[in-house]
Amino acid sequence: MTNLLRHHLFWPVAALVALLVANTVASPGFLAITVRDGHLFGAPIDILRTTAPLLLVALGMTLVIATRGIDLSVGAVVAVSGAVALSHIASSPNPDSPVTVLTAIGLALALCLVLGVWNGFLVSVLGIQPIIATLILMTAGRGVAMLITGGMITTVNSAPFKVLGSGFWLGLPVAAVLAFGVFAVVAFVVRRTALGMLLEATGINPAASRLSGVRSKTLTWTVYAAAGLFAGLAGLLISADTMAADANNAGLFIELDAILAVVIGGTALSGGKFNLSGTLVGALVIATLERTVTVVGISPLVTPLFMALVVIAVTLLQSPRMRERLTAATRRPVATTPPEPQSAARPDSTEVKAR
Amino acid sequence: MTQQTTPPVVEMTGISVEFPPVKALDGVDLHLRPGEIHALMGENGAGKSTLIKALTGIHSPTEGTIRVDGVERRFTGPADARAHGVSTVYQEVNLCGNLTVAENIMLGAEPRRLGGLHWRAMRRQAATHLERMGLSIDPASSLGSHSLAVQQLVAICRATVGDCKVLILDEPTSSLDTDEVAHLFTVMRALRDDGVAILFVSHFLDQVYEVSDRMTVLRNGRLVGEFITADLPTHELVQHMIGRSMDVLEAAEHVVERAGRPAGTTPLLQAVGLGRKGSVQPFDLELYEGEVVGLAGLLGSGRTELARLLTGADRADAGQTRMAGKPARLRTPRAAMDLGIAYTSEDRKGEGVVDGLTVRENIVLGLQARRGWMRPLPRKQVDELVASYIEQLGIRPADPEALLRNLSGGNQQKVLLARWLATAPRLLVLDEPTRGIDVGAKAEIQKLVADLAADGMSVVFISAELEEVLRISHRIAVLRDRRKVAEIDGGGATMDQVVDLIAGGGAA
Amino acid sequence: MTTSAPARAPRALKIPTRLDRRYLPVVGTFVVLALMLVVGGSRYENFVSPAVISNLFINNAHLIVLAVGMTFVILTGGIDLSVGSVLALSTVVTAALLQAGWPPAVVIPLAVGAGTVIGLAHGVMVHYFQVQPFVATLAGMFFARGLCFVIAPESIAIDEASFVSLATWVQIFGGWRMSSGVLIALIVVGAGFLVLHFTRFGRTVYAVGGGEQSALLMGLPVARTKVLAYVVSGTCAGLGGLLFAMYSQSGYSLTGVAMELDAIAAVVIGGTLLTGGTGFVLGSVLGVLVLGLIQTIITFEGTLSSWWTKIVIGVLLLIFVAVQRVLSLRKT
Repeated sequence: MTNLLRHHLFWPVAALVALLVANTVASPGFLAITVRDGHLFGAPIDILRTTAPLLLVALGMTLVIATRGIDLSVGAVVAVSGAVALSHIASSPNPDSPVTVLTAIGLALALCLVLGVWNGFLVSVLGIQPIIATLILMTAGRGVAMLITGGMITTVNSAPFKVLGSGFWLGLPVAAVLAFGVFAVVAFVVRRTALGMLLEATGINPAASRLSGVRSKTLTWTVYAAAGLFAGLAGLLISADTMAADANNAGLFIELDAILAVVIGGTALSGGKFNLSGTLVGALVIATLERTVTVVGISPLVTPLFMALVVIAVTLLQSPRMRERLTAATRRPVATTPPEPQSAARPDSTEVKAR
Repeated sequence: MTQQTTPPVVEMTGISVEFPPVKALDGVDLHLRPGEIHALMGENGAGKSTLIKALTGIHSPTEGTIRVDGVERRFTGPADARAHGVSTVYQEVNLCGNLTVAENIMLGAEPRRLGGLHWRAMRRQAATHLERMGLSIDPASSLGSHSLAVQQLVAICRATVGDCKVLILDEPTSSLDTDEVAHLFTVMRALRDDGVAILFVSHFLDQVYEVSDRMTVLRNGRLVGEFITADLPTHELVQHMIGRSMDVLEAAEHVVERAGRPAGTTPLLQAVGLGRKGSVQPFDLELYEGEVVGLAGLLGSGRTELARLLTGADRADAGQTRMAGKPARLRTPRAAMDLGIAYTSEDRKGEGVVDGLTVRENIVLGLQARRGWMRPLPRKQVDELVASYIEQLGIRPADPEALLRNLSGGNQQKVLLARWLATAPRLLVLDEPTRGIDVGAKAEIQKLVADLAADGMSVVFISAELEEVLRISHRIAVLRDRRKVAEIDGGGATMDQVVDLIAGGGAA
Repeated sequence: MTTSAPARAPRALKIPTRLDRRYLPVVGTFVVLALMLVVGGSRYENFVSPAVISNLFINNAHLIVLAVGMTFVILTGGIDLSVGSVLALSTVVTAALLQAGWPPAVVIPLAVGAGTVIGLAHGVMVHYFQVQPFVATLAGMFFARGLCFVIAPESIAIDEASFVSLATWVQIFGGWRMSSGVLIALIVVGAGFLVLHFTRFGRTVYAVGGGEQSALLMGLPVARTKVLAYVVSGTCAGLGGLLFAMYSQSGYSLTGVAMELDAIAAVVIGGTLLTGGTGFVLGSVLGVLVLGLIQTIITFEGTLSSWWTKIVIGVLLLIFVAVQRVLSLRKT
């Protein structure tokens, strides 16, 4: 029982279950899934679909955060991606041609990859703080998106593109299949190759990693590029859902939601150990929360308030001071690190802070 | 100069500080008298900084009493200590470089007018304080625009504002040049003559002899003794610091077997004129397979800096290196690693272990980094590798999934060694691998080093403990003042010989 | 060493012969601002006119106040993402309470006080619970925005007579116009300047940003200062909301979305380092004016679309950050 309680996914999953229960109480048919035209329908399926873009963005964000970084620009990248894809389709004489759509997707993803590489360059080569480096693109990115769309909300009709947002595959929404598929592949790659461990080593102790031969700069650069790419894919899903490229509002605040998903999932913003399964649960919690608010009959506009309460609760529970209190309260014998004599013998000021 | 009649202003008796399970200080005494410069001596890990922190309230002693002006006190922190006249100036200048000199001196005791700062009075008062230090800098200039030496003096200036009875200077001279040190000493003597008790920590022996009146020597957290500087020859001081007692001498049998190196062998690594400005003067060094080379020298002698140049941790700005006869460029740790060079830093916590990862991950980190992320080591191979090192080095707990931060210092060190051994290096550079770990683990590591060399590895071994270096080295390179001053055969070397070289030919 | 020349202590008043490098970024901002004025003035008629300059201030009074508060937080090395939402909350509180018939004398302190309380909560989370400033103020941002919708999802017009008369008070002299909002903003700037440069709290703000450990070892009240910096920023956001309510004569829960970015951008362009410890309130004001002027130029140009504002701001940010990075590298 205590093992279960101490499992890193316990609290996020508990939150998710609680939300689902609350929904079922408020609307008994909530969990029901029906089959219509061979497609699955129902609130859970909807939640999966709305989670899709957030999951992709949160995936990139988790990797970036693991290296002690943060990427504020993903929302703007989402907007750029949609703008590029839809503008290309709109300007094409044949919007329904698969070639047009594939070119549009290719262009959008390529540009987003470049934007990610740009962020990575600022952070790993120029050594600019991640917050500031990505703030630049966060500000300018939406301007670029508007430049591409000419300030209009570009709407198009293109059946192949629409599939991305609202199509079904094997009875499941294409968006969800894509996002969860990418997520699964990345999670597999990260854990089955040494990428995850090297990222964590870089995030926990950059100096030691360098001396151990880890190419930290390249890794850092890679994760920002990946975050850009995933945000681009998320942008495609979002724009295909509405079939409109809204440079102002597409992906607005998605960077904050993604950071929240990561934090709820138990990955500390200070970098190092990360866990992608937590991020998955975190993204589901956020999507379900948004859904819950409507189901329970509160205005969706109030969602931020609930989000705030969740963030405050989670971060306070994670804060060192709260941990101390909790461990003191449960009086569990905790393995503590004995301060080493040589570190004590050195005039390092961190020890002053500990007081 | 030393007024034995005056009662001590600080009396620390029987001070013990524990960081379970380690006893960092064990029943240490320290007496400071008004109007003296008192040196606190000891090698790394001897407990100097711990003693200072016990006095200023950063650490709370588990035993012992501290009296200041005859009143028993336990300060709550540096601010409290300062309020009672005990000020500390740290090695790294702990001031705010972005503020003006005047603010750095006066903030906390600044003159006010109309509820706000009175800048003009503040500058004027700061200028008076600066003048006492013989500093004629503009109090309105920002502190960061001045040299480290000036910043150091400003820090002392701040410490002496108000009622300062005791001034603690922790390694104040480590980044100063000769003229700057001379200036600092003038200031220190002036303060002493004003009746301030100065506790001076430095690893430069000549400086200690130049300026101090008395000294207290610590070793391994214990008091060696209190001495009048003038009565203690350098040679004896070094022996006190490094530790030489009869039983240690007997134990100092050479662990390594001495095999004569066949003439004409190509060195594994050859450094010619390798150096880096401000770090270590150009030196020549040849390392051979199957040989342990010890680096002897006091803290700050350049022993660590030399090791860092050999391993790509720092980039040399002069000289060449050849690996097995071929020119080799050691520009990054990774480049050195690809040539088969491994380096464990003296800063185990900051530059060695990744404390949030497990024992298993820490052991395979180096090997995996070299393979690249795309070619993961097969899990089975990892498990075997890790299990074999845990077994071979006796890592406790013998749990590959234990978080490294939950291991003791000695076991963390073994994990670090395992990380590098797993990469099958040809040259292993160990900087203070035995510092701060218990005797048993120490002996194990020494034995391991000897075995590795016997198997043909080339090892560079750095330790603050001279007997340890003597015991396991085939050859010893001696460093002093950031310069390699001698290279002697480990077999024939005696403690006395090396101590003389370290102390600079016995000259005080 | 500087000590070799035994010069006298400098006189209290002296004219700096060489520009102190601390002022370089601010001078840079000033040059950018001047260039924009020159270029604008040469391209468009009536660009450098009292009316345009007055409008620049009137339209950006609330942003100036936000930037002043943000400067305090950033100087300590923190960040406040909540200011846009808190500003909205303050407009909504003002409008809703006035609509409910409360007198302005009660409403105004309440609206500003809401910001103060949220700022206090941020400070406590950041300092005592060691939550990263980014996350703590992110929570605050969501909280305030959500609270806005709870109070009033719709826009509320303000028609309370005395509030309107206060809001529309304008002093005109020789073509220059000064609204009550601008007056308040300028008072805040003055107060911010005085506090930062002439109080121990202000200097401790700089000290904390320059090095928290050092400030602790110097015995300065680090905890109180950090918390107070967030309180200042929250209060400024509350006050900014009041000014915005006066400016728009309404309260709307969707006001000020992403305005925190404008405030941060203004502070950075104004020469304050996001790492803390370096910067000036007056620089931040110049930063706001640069942002405002970009918009003005784009309006005057006519053919340029509004999105160029964002792109130009992004490019300016990049230039300032890159230059600061180079300067800081050269220093070490």
